[in-house]
Amino acid sequence: MGYPNQPHQRETTVLSRYFGDTEARTLAGWKKRGGYKALEKALGMAPADIVNVVKESGLRGRGGAGFPTGIKWSFMKPGDGKPHYLCCNADESEPGTFKDRELMRWTPHALVEGCAIGAYAIGAETAYVYIRGEFTEPLYWMDQAVKEAYAAGILGKNAMGTGKRIDVHVHKGAGAYICGEETALMESLEGRRGNPRIKPPFPAVSGVFGMPTTINNVETLIAAAPILMNGADWYKKMSLSNPKSTGTKLFSVCGNIQRPGTYEVVMGFPFKEFLYDLCGGPPHGRKFKAVIPGGASVPIQTLEEAEATLMDYEGFVAQGSMLGSGGVIVIDDAQSMVSVIARLARFFAHESCGQCTQCREGTAWTTKIMERIRDGEGTIEDMDTLLDIGEQMTGKTICVLSDSCAVPVVSGIKKFRGEFEALIQGRRFHPVIAAVA
Amino acid sequence: MTPDLVGGLESPDYASHDRAAHEPYAPVFTGDVKRELDELLTRYPTKMAALLPALWIVQRERRWVSEEGMVEVADLLELTPAYVKGVVTFYTMYHQHPVGKYFIQVCTTSPCGICGADDVVKALLRHTNAGELGLTSPDGRFTVIEVECLGACGFATPVMVNEEFIESVTPEKVPDLLARLA
Repeated sequence: MGYPNQPHQRETTVLSRYFGDTEARTLAGWKKRGGYKALEKALGMAPADIVNVVKESGLRGRGGAGFPTGIKWSFMKPGDGKPHYLCCNADESEPGTFKDRELMRWTPHALVEGCAIGAYAIGAETAYVYIRGEFTEPLYWMDQAVKEAYAAGILGKNAMGTGKRIDVHVHKGAGAYICGEETALMESLEGRRGNPRIKPPFPAVSGVFGMPTTINNVETLIAAAPILMNGADWYKKMSLSNPKSTGTKLFSVCGNIQRPGTYEVVMGFPFKEFLYDLCGGPPHGRKFKAVIPGGASVPIQTLEEAEATLMDYEGFVAQGSMLGSGGVIVIDDAQSMVSVIARLARFFAHESCGQCTQCREGTAWTTKIMERIRDGEGTIEDMDTLLDIGEQMTGKTICVLSDSCAVPVVSGIKKFRGEFEALIQGRRFHPVIAAVA
Repeated sequence: MTPDLVGGLESPDYASHDRAAHEPYAPVFTGDVKRELDELLTRYPTKMAALLPALWIVQRERRWVSEEGMVEVADLLELTPAYVKGVVTFYTMYHQHPVGKYFIQVCTTSPCGICGADDVVKALLRHTNAGELGLTSPDGRFTVIEVECLGACGFATPVMVNEEFIESVTPEKVPDLLARLA
């Protein structure tokens, strides 16, 4: 709901309705707002029926990959005699993304409820919520919510009096972007270094503690409750463009923009209207230059591409990027694209786990070369070298951190080559800051 | 000024802190703290899974994770000290050396970077007398580091002071922020 700004009338607030409402954080307040009715309903259904409703709704993973949630849940085979686990990925660290932080610090019970529904649907008795260590406020509220839910008998060995066991545990990360990668998250949860695992086996076969596991993003799990309450058709209808992208999506907006914040719109919303009307357009006297629409790992869009985009999984791809995590980074004409990309490369170099050579060496060399171009010491050949390294870093490693580093560099060189050349040829970048009020 | 994280990190001189910390080691996990760990162990099917939470407890109690702390955790969880150290060194939030009373982390990743995070870092280094990233001010109160994305990009620039998360910090707000800590 545009938090921390006023909600905009063009938003559709399903998940973000109670952002800023301190009463919604407590169990009593959450129940007053209809909380835990969906869990009650879910526990009265057969797990397979829940999976079918979610499948039918078209809900897709909100963490970045967009995999259909119901199908993911259906990979968990009931009656295999093994303990199943649900992991909630709350290790939100993709630069530009901060929607899960808002969800957890304003509506922690929504996530407890979502985890309980998800766990029950996949035949798990235990759900772990892996929250990054830096999120002290979400950690505090999630701890409180879990405690309250246990005390009220919502969680535990007799969840809501149904005789079914559902445990939800909050697990605190310790500072590693890579632990947001699902297999690294599981390694970390097991008490290891967060090195991603080779797939297959996929988590549904051998996940955390070697058992069948489903990993879902915070927003995905929270969306399950309103879907169960209102039905798959209700959710499916919330789409302005195509039937492959349904429901509402949270977009966290940051960078050079009038009203940064977390907005919720239906899939297919026009990006141009979103950027200029909902978010208020560029800072005074400036112009937008580029947008990274789905967190740092997706290709950079030119302003023309962004303005032509419909905001859904397919819409962003059609305009040269990806929906990703919904972390919208807006860059104005006062910024040097080379500086922005060099800093992103440094981020990936810092966060590489170092297992794969292409990533460990590639992210480091990309950063060195980007920074020397930024500092006016680059050569024209450096751009070809970067593109070559980028190719070597793509599709050749255990996880996609390597690819993610190459993406902004390669798309940046392709779309903003002039800025690279200007710096290399000794024409320093002159930001347009004269008109700032 | 900025440590070159890519081309090999130049370690600041921690020796003086290490000397100060070399007192006889008293175990962390006794009484209520031990009971806290016992409760944590019930949440996981393996003892190893309690490693990150156990290290967090050590850091909460001692403000950093010493070699002795790692050995204590290793014994309790039936791991080797070398294994525990391997895990500690993977994660950025465990302090392997004592830090200032106020450990200040500033996000400077691109979304905050384009909103002026570098100026916030400069202001913090100047006003705390820490002088250099990763070092502690002469009075032992402040350590300032740059950190990668804190996940609050819409509230640029976020700054963490120990466990407190402060949003929308600007260079102008730095003196007040520090005065409040005094």
